[in-house]
Amino acid sequence: MSMSRDKKLRVKKEKPLCPPGRKVRRAWDVSNERVRDMLHSMAFMGPSLLGVSVFFIVPFLVVVYYSVIRSPINPEFVFLDNFIAVLKNSSFQTAAKNTATFSIVAVPLAVVLSLGLALMLECRIPGKSWLRTFFLSPMMVPVASVVLIWQVVFHYNGTLNAVLSTFGVSPVDWLNSPYCQIVIIVLFLWKNLGYNMILFMAALNNIPKELLEVADVEGASPAHKFFNIKLRYLSPTVLFVTILSIISSFKVFREIYLLTGNYPYMGLYMMQHFMNNTFQNFDYQKMSSAAVLMALVMVVLIILLFKAEDAFGKDVEG
Amino acid sequence: MKKNHYVGRGILTLVAVFFAFAFLMPTVLTITNSFMTQSEISANYGTVFSNAAGNTNTYISDTVNLKFIPDKVSLSQYITVLIKSPDYLLKFWNSVILVVPIVLLQVGVASITAYSFTRWRGKFRSFLFFFYVILMLMPYQVTLVPNYLVSDWLGILNTRWAIIFPGMFAPFSVFLLTKFMRRIPASLIEAAKLDGSSEWQIFKDICLPQCRSALYSIAILVFIDYWNMVEQPLILLPDATKQPLSVYLSTINANEVGLAFAIATIYMVPCLLLFLHGEDYLVEGIAHQGSVKG
Repeated sequence: MSMSRDKKLRVKKEKPLCPPGRKVRRAWDVSNERVRDMLHSMAFMGPSLLGVSVFFIVPFLVVVYYSVIRSPINPEFVFLDNFIAVLKNSSFQTAAKNTATFSIVAVPLAVVLSLGLALMLECRIPGKSWLRTFFLSPMMVPVASVVLIWQVVFHYNGTLNAVLSTFGVSPVDWLNSPYCQIVIIVLFLWKNLGYNMILFMAALNNIPKELLEVADVEGASPAHKFFNIKLRYLSPTVLFVTILSIISSFKVFREIYLLTGNYPYMGLYMMQHFMNNTFQNFDYQKMSSAAVLMALVMVVLIILLFKAEDAFGKDVEG
Repeated sequence: MKKNHYVGRGILTLVAVFFAFAFLMPTVLTITNSFMTQSEISANYGTVFSNAAGNTNTYISDTVNLKFIPDKVSLSQYITVLIKSPDYLLKFWNSVILVVPIVLLQVGVASITAYSFTRWRGKFRSFLFFFYVILMLMPYQVTLVPNYLVSDWLGILNTRWAIIFPGMFAPFSVFLLTKFMRRIPASLIEAAKLDGSSEWQIFKDICLPQCRSALYSIAILVFIDYWNMVEQPLILLPDATKQPLSVYLSTINANEVGLAFAIATIYMVPCLLLFLHGEDYLVEGIAHQGSVKG
């Protein structure tokens, strides 16, 4: 009895202090849930946002700034002059053409072939997990050693020519001929197919089995099953793999650079060579304009990819 | 009908095995060639690398032997790397103290950021996510130079932080992890919220355990990526005594090809261990995301 009275008393005592605070808090979380969520989300995102701003956004803004001024010494605003100069530059044109060709060929190949491999390993093949590991092994090999082996294989006196000559094919100087893009595409595929394949295998595993069984019962052909059921469910993964492949397609520059140096055969002169070389010549304007142009292309590309996924995958998600 | 089926499967297996071995070849070559003596290496590959080094410009008609099995197994390259010159071990250690913090910090930062992207949606946040995707896709050549300027302003140029900080905030794992976390059923989070858990508790006790294998697989990817970095240290960490082994490996000259294979083999060991230990996570981490597709 006395206890409860005590409590009541205490509550009464504190009452004058409590309500204002409480009222504020209530207004905060009930009528202003959005503000609270905003605060929460920012608390979680804050560190990343701060770091990304300092190490990615600010540098990019610096790039944009450099692309619209005359020179670092004479920071006069020239707007599009640098862009026009870069677009007219013949090295830039070569670099853009080569990079585009490479990406247009290599990225879809990386997606299609890895899907093919995944489907192949889907069938009951003995030693599947070993094969999977083998396909992943290129990820581990250090770039330098890859480059050494690639040089040995694709050299004029190298292994590939030796093998081909037994079939009566005359030797080709792979890295210094129009075939050079093929060498790089093979290298790119060799490096990246394994992981892409794993992503597809996982996605294939997640297609509802009942659906495929129903299709089997109703006598659907394998092609029909693939295009109308599997591919539908795989579409988010296709987008995902495409994005990852685009990222890795930029990383292949490291191999090209180590294989052939600053000024490779024309067909291998990539955008990154252009940027690297303009940087080494302290031509920041050219470099920055090229970077901004590249960024713009990426933005357009990503928007298209996102839209494509929306259009294609919607009926599956829902 | 049934016979046909077996033949088909047999052909498929053959094709798969052929490709798998083609994929495995460079790994095997790296390892076996590391046991060759320098003289054997030069005898086999001399033509290639004398040309690459620009000593001779005439093609010698000798073809190059890509040999899998050394004539005489020799540990001489390893002795040079491990015992004779402590320089390589030092550079190996440099790699470790650069890459391990990057992996841990990047995955840590990415997991809270991914949680935020998962838990709260909205126009602004989806724009922000799109922005992260764009940043992730930027080739690092684009921002490498301004990164140099920024590190200079911050006074971290030529210290390990110049590599670690940008690595820590790289949007790559944010993107991957958000993709994984969005597969966690919303009902799980709602239930925890009704139980009165704080956001931090939901994140720590519900979200993280759900994406354990995803975290592991992302850590492996990030590790491999940074373990092989070359360009960033060259520009941001010009001090050769602090540079990782990957930089040294990429600048190795033609006379030391044998050494390069030995170093590459040693350099591969951490990746190999991670793989053997985590390959199932790598598969499971991805497989998991779809099975709880909401």
